[in-house]
Amino acid sequence: MNVLVRSAGFLTSVQDLGRTGFRQSGVSIGGALDAHAMRVANALVGNEDTAAGLEATLGSLRLRFDDQRIVAWCGGAFCVRIGNENLPPGHAGLVASNEELVMTAPKDGSRAWLAISGGIDVPPVLGSRSTDLRGNFGGHEGRTLRDGDSLPLFEERRFPNRGPDKNGDLEIAAPWISEWSAPAPWATTAARDRFLRIVQGPDWRRFSTESQTALVGQSFTVTLDSDRMGARLDGPRLERIDPTDLLSEAVVPGTLQVPPNGKPILLLGDCQTIGGYPKIAHVITVDLPIAAQLWPGELVRFHEVSLAEAQGLLCEREDDFARFRIGLSL
Amino acid sequence: MKIEPLGDSALIVRVAEDFANPNASLNAVLGALRHLEAAAIPGVIELAPAYTTIGVFFDPARIDPAAPDQSPFDALRTRIQNVLNASSFLNETELEARVVEIPVCYAGEFASDLGDVARVTGLAEAEVVRRHASAVYRVACVGFIAGFTFLSGLPPELATPRRATPRKEVPAGSVGIGGAQTGIYPRKSPGGWNLIGRTPLRLFDVKRESPAMLRAGDQVRFREISREEFESFSP
Repeated sequence: MNVLVRSAGFLTSVQDLGRTGFRQSGVSIGGALDAHAMRVANALVGNEDTAAGLEATLGSLRLRFDDQRIVAWCGGAFCVRIGNENLPPGHAGLVASNEELVMTAPKDGSRAWLAISGGIDVPPVLGSRSTDLRGNFGGHEGRTLRDGDSLPLFEERRFPNRGPDKNGDLEIAAPWISEWSAPAPWATTAARDRFLRIVQGPDWRRFSTESQTALVGQSFTVTLDSDRMGARLDGPRLERIDPTDLLSEAVVPGTLQVPPNGKPILLLGDCQTIGGYPKIAHVITVDLPIAAQLWPGELVRFHEVSLAEAQGLLCEREDDFARFRIGLSL
Repeated sequence: MKIEPLGDSALIVRVAEDFANPNASLNAVLGALRHLEAAAIPGVIELAPAYTTIGVFFDPARIDPAAPDQSPFDALRTRIQNVLNASSFLNETELEARVVEIPVCYAGEFASDLGDVARVTGLAEAEVVRRHASAVYRVACVGFIAGFTFLSGLPPELATPRRATPRKEVPAGSVGIGGAQTGIYPRKSPGGWNLIGRTPLRLFDVKRESPAMLRAGDQVRFREISREEFESFSP
């Protein structure tokens, strides 16, 4: 059974939690730019965390399903409809066979992650179903989706025990939208201030005190040449005081690196595995969902926290997610 | 050896002070890498060596603290220090690096910038080729794009600045010189290095268990091949 892409929108790709284990070959982690959103959407439809879904950019997505499926999405302030019913973020909804799901352009934010019960059945490449758009492998033919693509779905065996299940009959009447939902901050990541918490990077001390102060005190604008590799920022010029030539070394999504022009680049999921520019700071992992919503023209500000606080917040979120999963299965 | 955080879910182990002696640095990095791989510390997701460092990627929620109030970073740093201090690899000089031979055709359109390199270095084109193909290189790191191989060991007299305007499209297998480094483009991509030859080998293939043919620390030699030999490699 397949999902037919009636309209692929601006930039839609098959993504999962990303590709690990191949950094030594220079392979980026990639995957959903907001891996947490993908994971939450998967949990809502009863999938494993690692099931492949869709990452939509700026919406304008129309899908038609061959058979009935449970779907859920998280991300920016999009409007998603199943037939005539509104599917709010962080809720699960039933799509009947041959019914259409429509995602329109967002009022705020730029990306959304859609999970489909069963998951998208594209062959894993290097242990992941995500699309590596720079390497042109993985996902659906290693590329973004086009109008008319048809994506195979894994067979849907289970059916949710929460639906208005008529006498155990699998013919659940659509429309059905779940009453229950994921915590709002996980479901909607765009309505918040573009305020990102950072920890100091290995090269923090290579920058002038003025630059360190400017980084946390002033606003930066996301520029046009931003993509899934990174958000390029314009704002106060960040000046190095130590001109040492640096050897390339590991970088990671969240790294704020500063090329010689002094304009920082916030690396995102598709970033290269190594880089030679100084790393002034890193956006903390729990704030990467907000970074994944950034769009050219928007303002972003940074706020410094300690490493212990960043790691504490991440461990707390992982505990919360584990409890959320248990809650869903009860 | 210094261990520094790289955000909240990664850290960098600085194994060697500098890259003044590439062989010594790469041996030390390779040795540390093998010990860390063998230690398989729970919570560590993967390791990424480059020049003098190893990037360690981990899940802070899965790192066991030694004490209740220890942060995941402090706990992992201690584990890594224990693993590396317990081993004497830093003194081992004869660490067997793999030796990989890469056939390269240095002729025709494969060598579009050979003339420029000859002019900058003041050497005859044939001499540039002879010296490039007789040196022994080490893979300093693989990255930038999947499978791109940065090699140290370029004879210093062959160093040539990058092209003023990068090419929009460099063919797969191109061998280039960029400053004091030489390297191989694994696939068609933009690039600013001076192209002096091309290998028919596939440096990166997702169908292989280890998709990149070369790994950091490997020894590399280039073997000059003719156009005919290049063509005969074609799949």
